[in-house]
Amino acid sequence: MLGLTIEQIAYLFRGAGWTIVLSLLGFVGGTLLGLPIALARSAHSKLARALSGALVQLVQGIPLPVIMFVVYFGISIGGFDVPALVAAGVAMTLYAGAYLGEIWKGCILAVPRTQWEAGECLALTSTQRFIFVILPQALRIAVPPTVGFLVQIVKNTSYSVVINFFDLTYSAKVINNSTFKPFTVFTIAALIYFAICFPMSLLASRFERRLHRG
Amino acid sequence: MTLQMRAPAPSAVLHESPSMTSPAAPLVRFRDVRKNFGSLAVLKGIDLDVAPGQVVALIGRSGSGKSTALRCVNGLEKVDGGELTVCGRALHSGTVDLRELRQDVGIVFQSYNLFPHLTVEQNVTLAPRKVKRISKAEARDLAVEVLAQVGLADKAQSYPEQLSGGQQQRVAIARSLAMHPKLILFDEVTSALDPELTGEVLKVIERLAKGGMTMMLVTHEMAFARSVAHTVVFMHQGKIWESGKGEMLANPQTVELRQFVGNGL
Repeated sequence: MLGLTIEQIAYLFRGAGWTIVLSLLGFVGGTLLGLPIALARSAHSKLARALSGALVQLVQGIPLPVIMFVVYFGISIGGFDVPALVAAGVAMTLYAGAYLGEIWKGCILAVPRTQWEAGECLALTSTQRFIFVILPQALRIAVPPTVGFLVQIVKNTSYSVVINFFDLTYSAKVINNSTFKPFTVFTIAALIYFAICFPMSLLASRFERRLHRG
Repeated sequence: MTLQMRAPAPSAVLHESPSMTSPAAPLVRFRDVRKNFGSLAVLKGIDLDVAPGQVVALIGRSGSGKSTALRCVNGLEKVDGGELTVCGRALHSGTVDLRELRQDVGIVFQSYNLFPHLTVEQNVTLAPRKVKRISKAEARDLAVEVLAQVGLADKAQSYPEQLSGGQQQRVAIARSLAMHPKLILFDEVTSALDPELTGEVLKVIERLAKGGMTMMLVTHEMAFARSVAHTVVFMHQGKIWESGKGEMLANPQTVELRQFVGNGL
């Protein structure tokens, strides 16, 4: 088929499977890191805001492939032999955490101040105000940009090729090296990436419309 | 009729007011209360008593300090000088537990500030459930009770966005009532409403007044202030310029109040 064997195409799909695994790692790790960042970035404490802000600036100021290198070789220098998946997962976590933290900070701050005040005047504690009044509204605002950012996570896992992580891009590179059909191979890879990302983009814009209607 | 021209007043014109004759200890007691925003003095020495069961209307131009005075009462603004005692708590001491205070003092805002993600019933019962820890069953009864008081028992399962402005404001009043406060503050609660919807909200407030609820309201509804409030307080330039029963609006003693009601009535 298209000058490729079934095995070669299956190999590409195995790579795509690892792309999805790394994307999920990045999203789950990014959520675990992004939530505290969002809270710290919107906190009263100046110190919390400054520290979390510095972390975000640091991560956002370094290209993702370089983060991958630093994590991969950084841990190796410490004398530990890390699988590429772990290094790529850590790098994606840092990357996604920083961006999701900023996105969610914006969502928390987008809830009108008067909502805090209304909760305060009803004698709710600040934690109760956050959990029962602010968070549900912030989550609603957060759904479209978060789903939208998932697409970025999926596409950016392809940078893990720099540390030889076996994902879709890496498998395409390998198949191309043995078949010398770059156009065919990378077009198939492109279609697979698109097939993963496009439904998420659709979902994001549907959520977006629903939010504006609601 | 004597026409008094007044430079910034050493003491306000005091018509007879129930707070002076009432034997009960006042729920709210302002003594020379001062408040600054930066270098701007917003309250320049307020003296005012609100006795239990009394309705006090604060009127005056924008920037006269009436909303600030109201917001001081539930601790949304800190007092910078003088003494302010609310429900037996000395707010000027700075050591008052504001959460306790706010269980006694409700407030209703101009922009309703309902929680848009919660139903009417949930809006009304959130604080009683989380703060007073009442059960789900009690909360349902409570919602029925307070929503009936504002005539919206049938809207318990609606969301705020499905209601008119007047209905939303009545829900906000019910939300305050659900905490069984000793005092409710109303901060220009009809200013965002059409005249048509204003009426239904004022009716609810009037009913509460007749039921003996203690209330302080900042309002631009002169006719309402005159007919419902036991005491009308005219504020001007951060001071109480004139205060008394509603009839004082028909017979202003100061030029400022005369000009103010001249535009309003």
